[in-house]
Amino acid sequence: MLLNIKDLHVSIDGKEIIKGLNLGVNYGEVHAIMGPNGTGKSTLAAAIAGKEGYEITQGEIIYNGKDIMEFAAEDRAREGIFLSFQYPVEIPGVSMTNFMRTAVNEHRAYHNLGPIPAAEFLKKMEEKKKLVEIHSKLTSRSVNEGFSGGEKKKNEIFQMAILEPKLSILDETDSGLDIDALRTVANGVNMLKTEENAFVIITHYQRLLEHVVPDFVHVLYDGRIVKSGGKGLAFELEEKGYDWIKKEFEEA
Amino acid sequence: MKISEKQIELQQKLVNLYKDYQLDVFAGDRACIVDQRMQSIEFFEKKGFPTINEEKWRGTNLTEALSKNYQHIAHPNHAGKDLEKLFQCDVHDFDTDILSLLNGYVVNGGAALRTLDNGTIIGSMSEAMKHMPELVDKYYGKSDKIQEQSLSALNTALAQDGIFIYVPDNVELRKAIQLVSIINHDDNLFVQIRNLIVLGKNSKLQLLQCDDTTNHKSSFNNSVTEIFVDEGANLDHYKLQNINNDSSLVNAIYIKQEANSNVSTNAITLNGGLLRNNVFVKLNGEGAHADVLGVYLMDRKQHVDNQIFIDHAVPNCTSNELFKGILDEEASGVFNGYILVRKDAQQTNAFQNNNNILLTDTASIDTKPFLEIYADDVKCSHGATIGQLDEEAMFYLRSRGITEDNARMLLMYAFAADVINHISIDPLRNRIDDMVKKRLRGELSICDTCVLHCSNPEQEVEFNIDLSKI
Repeated sequence: MLLNIKDLHVSIDGKEIIKGLNLGVNYGEVHAIMGPNGTGKSTLAAAIAGKEGYEITQGEIIYNGKDIMEFAAEDRAREGIFLSFQYPVEIPGVSMTNFMRTAVNEHRAYHNLGPIPAAEFLKKMEEKKKLVEIHSKLTSRSVNEGFSGGEKKKNEIFQMAILEPKLSILDETDSGLDIDALRTVANGVNMLKTEENAFVIITHYQRLLEHVVPDFVHVLYDGRIVKSGGKGLAFELEEKGYDWIKKEFEEA
Repeated sequence: MKISEKQIELQQKLVNLYKDYQLDVFAGDRACIVDQRMQSIEFFEKKGFPTINEEKWRGTNLTEALSKNYQHIAHPNHAGKDLEKLFQCDVHDFDTDILSLLNGYVVNGGAALRTLDNGTIIGSMSEAMKHMPELVDKYYGKSDKIQEQSLSALNTALAQDGIFIYVPDNVELRKAIQLVSIINHDDNLFVQIRNLIVLGKNSKLQLLQCDDTTNHKSSFNNSVTEIFVDEGANLDHYKLQNINNDSSLVNAIYIKQEANSNVSTNAITLNGGLLRNNVFVKLNGEGAHADVLGVYLMDRKQHVDNQIFIDHAVPNCTSNELFKGILDEEASGVFNGYILVRKDAQQTNAFQNNNNILLTDTASIDTKPFLEIYADDVKCSHGATIGQLDEEAMFYLRSRGITEDNARMLLMYAFAADVINHISIDPLRNRIDDMVKKRLRGELSICDTCVLHCSNPEQEVEFNIDLSKI
């Protein structure tokens, strides 16, 4: 199993957001996590990626056989976890090229490899740019600076393509995208999907799931996974909304 | 405010020094210099050193810096110094004419002024005082505001040497000129450096001014530079400041610009106990433009103070100020940007910005933009920000596998790069780039002078992050 989360409790500033969550992800799988706003979807993503201030009060996160809860964010990344941000950060003054080259070299150093030769890196950049249909000009600009919403999300997929993670968590990558950008993002994911990696797609709507077919769909409500099913569950949610889940949960 | 006895003692000592020097050291001075010295010492004696009771010095207390025992040397003494090693240049592909000052005196200043092929005259100020009477009478001590500053008055009273540069009309210097001032003395030292730079009409000069100390003795460098930029002339001026933690540098620069001239002056402050840049720009002819830029990277108990005064005296001039600083540990900073737009200076465009990052709770910055506008058709803006490193950006970088230290370094570098990118001389920009990275990593030593190394050069430092273009 690539990711095994058991009875996870996460608090921010003393307030419990995740309240006993279980999730298992195997290699080659795509999991969708759906649910109404404010139920802990982004908190779960940030907790897996290792954001500071997210206190795990109970439970465990086992990734690739390792307890990663004490790992710094950068070490989790270099172990192969990638978080596609809901709101990618603009960083003026740091060019995309330098950002990615630094990241690639830090990954390589972690695995006792020397820096990537310049020619090899450029080739890789070109390849991946094509894959996500990102405009060449964007990679010579500062990280996300002045990018449109769609460009920012494509840029996340581009970074994912460069870093070749084992576990990719896409946090609301589909929100705010027009249909073309959505298709580009979906194509990117489909092309990067192999038997050696896995995806957790966090989304409010099922429209991304029309393009990236999930193996499992989970509904997160009040900090817990309250319902799991196959891809059919996503369509059901789209049709019926979340109210029946809430009702079911509250009755239980 | 109590002024320390030591400080009063120093003040008296310097006034007495003038009286002593009057009889011998200053005996050969030209009449115009004699008069200026006399008026200036009277002013200094009356006014004394600046104190924090003065508005412009509120944030910078000189008391501690002035409470040390300083020597003041009347004659250049470079015996026992290996000058070649002290001034060895290590910026590759940077072809310059170097003017070196050691402890306030031009090295080999005894040699006559040099006249370059294109007619440019460069060399020692003391030589210029003897051999360039017309230029000295016309320009020396003639800057606006210079008489109002007690430290500049002290300089005028006591200064004997510095750099003199005269670029004739229509001469564009192909090579940059490097003005390297090193303090390396066996005792604490008080120096008065006096530079005069005159750019003729439509001339062009790139000037790099480095102030360094290369040992750990205390020093107080009271430096004054007067720059006159005639019509259509172009000056690119860089100041690199890297002095030890027990030393102080007060760098007063008076720039007067005539019509359609263009000046960019950029202060890169890397290290020092107390550093103060006083920049006075007078835009005196229509169409003149000034860029006044700076970046400061301070830590420990270091103090930096940038005081910028831009006088829009005539219409249709533009000015742009951008200062960025990173302050760590208990470092403190002051920024005071003052733009004066006089009544007739219509169509003025003046912009001012000061951005700061404080890395600790104990670091501080006092930033004060100030606009005084008497014309009614102008565009002026000012802004000041104080912040911490962006936590979201830190997490973003780290989530891509970049270590915390390197992520912090990338963000700090990116912040400072805004100013560094304005440096138009490529090899110099690369070198300063390197120095800034070293500084941010805490690896810069006082031996890394702007272009020079100590007699024991350090090894080249490799960066994990290669920010150079690929």
